[in-house]
Amino acid sequence: MGAEMDRLSADSWGIGGISVFMGQVRDGPDGLESLTLEHYPGMTEKVLTELAAEAVKRFRLIGCTLIHRVGTLVVGAPIVFVGTSSAHRAEALAGTNFLIDRLKTGAPFWKCERYQDGRQVWVDAREADDKAAASWD
Amino acid sequence: MNKSSKEAGMAQDVTIFYFAALREQMGREKETVPLPAQPVTVEALVTELRQKDVGMDEVFAASPRIRVAINQTLATFQDTVKPGDELAFFPPMTGG
Repeated sequence: MGAEMDRLSADSWGIGGISVFMGQVRDGPDGLESLTLEHYPGMTEKVLTELAAEAVKRFRLIGCTLIHRVGTLVVGAPIVFVGTSSAHRAEALAGTNFLIDRLKTGAPFWKCERYQDGRQVWVDAREADDKAAASWD
Repeated sequence: MNKSSKEAGMAQDVTIFYFAALREQMGREKETVPLPAQPVTVEALVTELRQKDVGMDEVFAASPRIRVAINQTLATFQDTVKPGDELAFFPPMTGG
């Protein structure tokens, strides 16, 4: 995470603000052991590239980093990193919010929870996430 | 098979991918299906496939929120499928 921050801040002397969001695997009451992230190779890269380009244009970002992990991740492991830089804080903060909101419902990733008792459950999409993504339309 | 007839044969097909819960329910991650001669919507293709495949019919009937992508771009069931397209069906996305 530090290395990604350094990379964002090194882009330009015109940067006045950097905003980052990191999502990680949250522990739950039911004995969650890990999350497995499945994705659609090809479409994933395409969607993330388009999202980044849209964010840069819309919020006049100077730099933008999107990283999403796939495969099996244990509780506490990072899942996603969104970082943006801009001349002023408002654009960087808005850009980061836009990217994580849109990524959650628009990029082809799916979470499967694995519990200590061996149960495996696909995570249901949340209506609140759809609303958050739609708020940027 | 000569080259031209092979290409003509392949051009009538579409590849379908299934992801996540849908992949598990379908019991396969990928298949190739022939397209009708006329232009066809995703909806019409799915209806035809469901008529031939009881398992697929049950999976799609039980999953009202299935999403579709055509050539790795989100699409709707009213969009038209062309020969050679890559289709994908999957549940609502849950990344981040």
